[in-house]
Amino acid sequence: MSTPQQIANEAASIADRAAMLAEQARQMAEVVAPVAAAAEPFLYLLTIFLMACFVGYYVVWSVTPALHSPLMGVTNAISSVIVVGAILATGLSDSVAAKVFGFLAVTLAAVNIFGGFMVTRRMLAMFKKKGG
Amino acid sequence: MATTLSTLAYLVASVLFILALRGLSHPETSRQGNLFGMIGMAIAIVATLLKPGMGFGGIALVIVGLAIGGTIGTIVAQRIQMTALPQLVAAFHSLVGMAAVFVAAAALYSPQSFGIGVPGNIKGASLLEMSLGLAIGAITFSGSVIAFLKLAGRMSGAPIIFKGQHMLNAGLGALLLVLIIAFVATGSPFLFWLIAILAFALGFLLIIPIGGADMPVVVSMLNSYSGWAAAGIGFTIGNLLLIVTGALVGASGAILSYIMCKGMNRSIINVLLGGFGSDGGAAAAGPGAADRAPVKAGSPEDAAYIMKNAQKIIVVPGYGMAVAQAQQVVREMADLLKKEGAEISYAIHPVAGRMPGHMNVLLAEANVPYDEVHELEEINAEFADADVAYVIGANDVTNPAAKTDKSSAIYGMPILDVERAKTVFFVKRGMASGYAGVENELFFRPNTMMLFGDAKKVTQEIVQALQK
Repeated sequence: MSTPQQIANEAASIADRAAMLAEQARQMAEVVAPVAAAAEPFLYLLTIFLMACFVGYYVVWSVTPALHSPLMGVTNAISSVIVVGAILATGLSDSVAAKVFGFLAVTLAAVNIFGGFMVTRRMLAMFKKKGG
Repeated sequence: MATTLSTLAYLVASVLFILALRGLSHPETSRQGNLFGMIGMAIAIVATLLKPGMGFGGIALVIVGLAIGGTIGTIVAQRIQMTALPQLVAAFHSLVGMAAVFVAAAALYSPQSFGIGVPGNIKGASLLEMSLGLAIGAITFSGSVIAFLKLAGRMSGAPIIFKGQHMLNAGLGALLLVLIIAFVATGSPFLFWLIAILAFALGFLLIIPIGGADMPVVVSMLNSYSGWAAAGIGFTIGNLLLIVTGALVGASGAILSYIMCKGMNRSIINVLLGGFGSDGGAAAAGPGAADRAPVKAGSPEDAAYIMKNAQKIIVVPGYGMAVAQAQQVVREMADLLKKEGAEISYAIHPVAGRMPGHMNVLLAEANVPYDEVHELEEINAEFADADVAYVIGANDVTNPAAKTDKSSAIYGMPILDVERAKTVFFVKRGMASGYAGVENELFFRPNTMMLFGDAKKVTQEIVQALQK
């Protein structure tokens, strides 16, 4: 049987070791944290990108070949969602150069957005059923 | 609008874009799909305009840009002829490419707008993403401009080939990579613009060796590039919606390129290396040509007489129908034949026309119901019990040599089995070979009758003969 004194000593040494390990863990975390913080958003975006590639793959294979031209029209219009970046550049920046580039990008993307959706609408309106 | 709210709006827009593509699985749901796409875009734009920090001046400037671009886009889309669709799409791709270049430039000069650093001290990862978006955008721009010029006939569709071309392109590609690495290391604006210029040159050089009839592949591929460029910019500025949309568009263009290549039984590398269809075709006539039976030429009246008595007629349209603008008169002919009791359908080869699905749109424009129009796999078995195959403006896609002649340039390409029909009418201006430079042995078959002349004029004469 161990005496209360022995138990107390053992407990003390275990507590010491735990404290040491905690300190080591903290040090390691300090080293890793900046890397993880930098990598995490990128990995997060990459995950979403790859998922979207898969969604695109399956959705596009289900498009009927007869509508491949409208598909190009729609994808063309939605790829101009780059306008979001252009708007941020135009609206949020103090640099004149960035504002000008942003404005030019907004204008070009707008041609595409309106042109792409409109021409697709025109195409789709022509597809009619027999007797329709 | 708080960041969480705008992120939520972007998520909704992404879902709407996916639904827009999903809608295209059937003509009935497609119009609703397009509407979803428009709503998604409107949500994305409004959510961005409402972000914190947007000043009144900035919002006004954006609205001016949207109004100018929107007006131009709307007018162009309303006025464009459906036959000119391929070059319109190419032109639109070039704009996406250029917009990507501009957004990348804006991010370089004002990185704090996107939270990626301060001018002169931008995060390395952001510089890498920025330069990728820039390079892909610039290649998309100049490549699409060349594709546009070729499709619009403002530049010869013939491949432009010179010695050491592929070495030059490979060298420029390697130089581009080196510049990107140097740019990531330094963040120098000078290197940024050097990358832009080099990528513009590369886009130009990559597309000039590709022949006119390979443009469906090129247009699909540039479609894919414009998506990857948008995704690259999305990574740069850390925007979910751009990344998701870029991936959708990139995947879509890649799949279309794959379908087009498969339709020609060629690898994407073979198409991209270019030079196909450059030899005039005279040499390809082959030794057998002289021994062949003479070609049987007929008059539109003969064709009208035979078709009047036919039960089942399959029309095979190709790019020549689009060039001659003959789709309307083809439909008139079909209407008259239907009155005579014939059953009419249309067979579309995957690579007919100058962009994926081009023929379907042209026939739809001429009020041909979409349920009469069939893809190759659906209809190929039906040629065997068809009385007449009416081939108008198509050539290589009907050549039986693709099935039998291993030495032929088109060997292995899936073709429409028109030769199985009782009578084959070939509407053609002359005996010239098709794009692949291969003579079509079908012209010499006993069941083939050539109708020489312009596609529209010949069909019009058939319509007149039918009306008598």
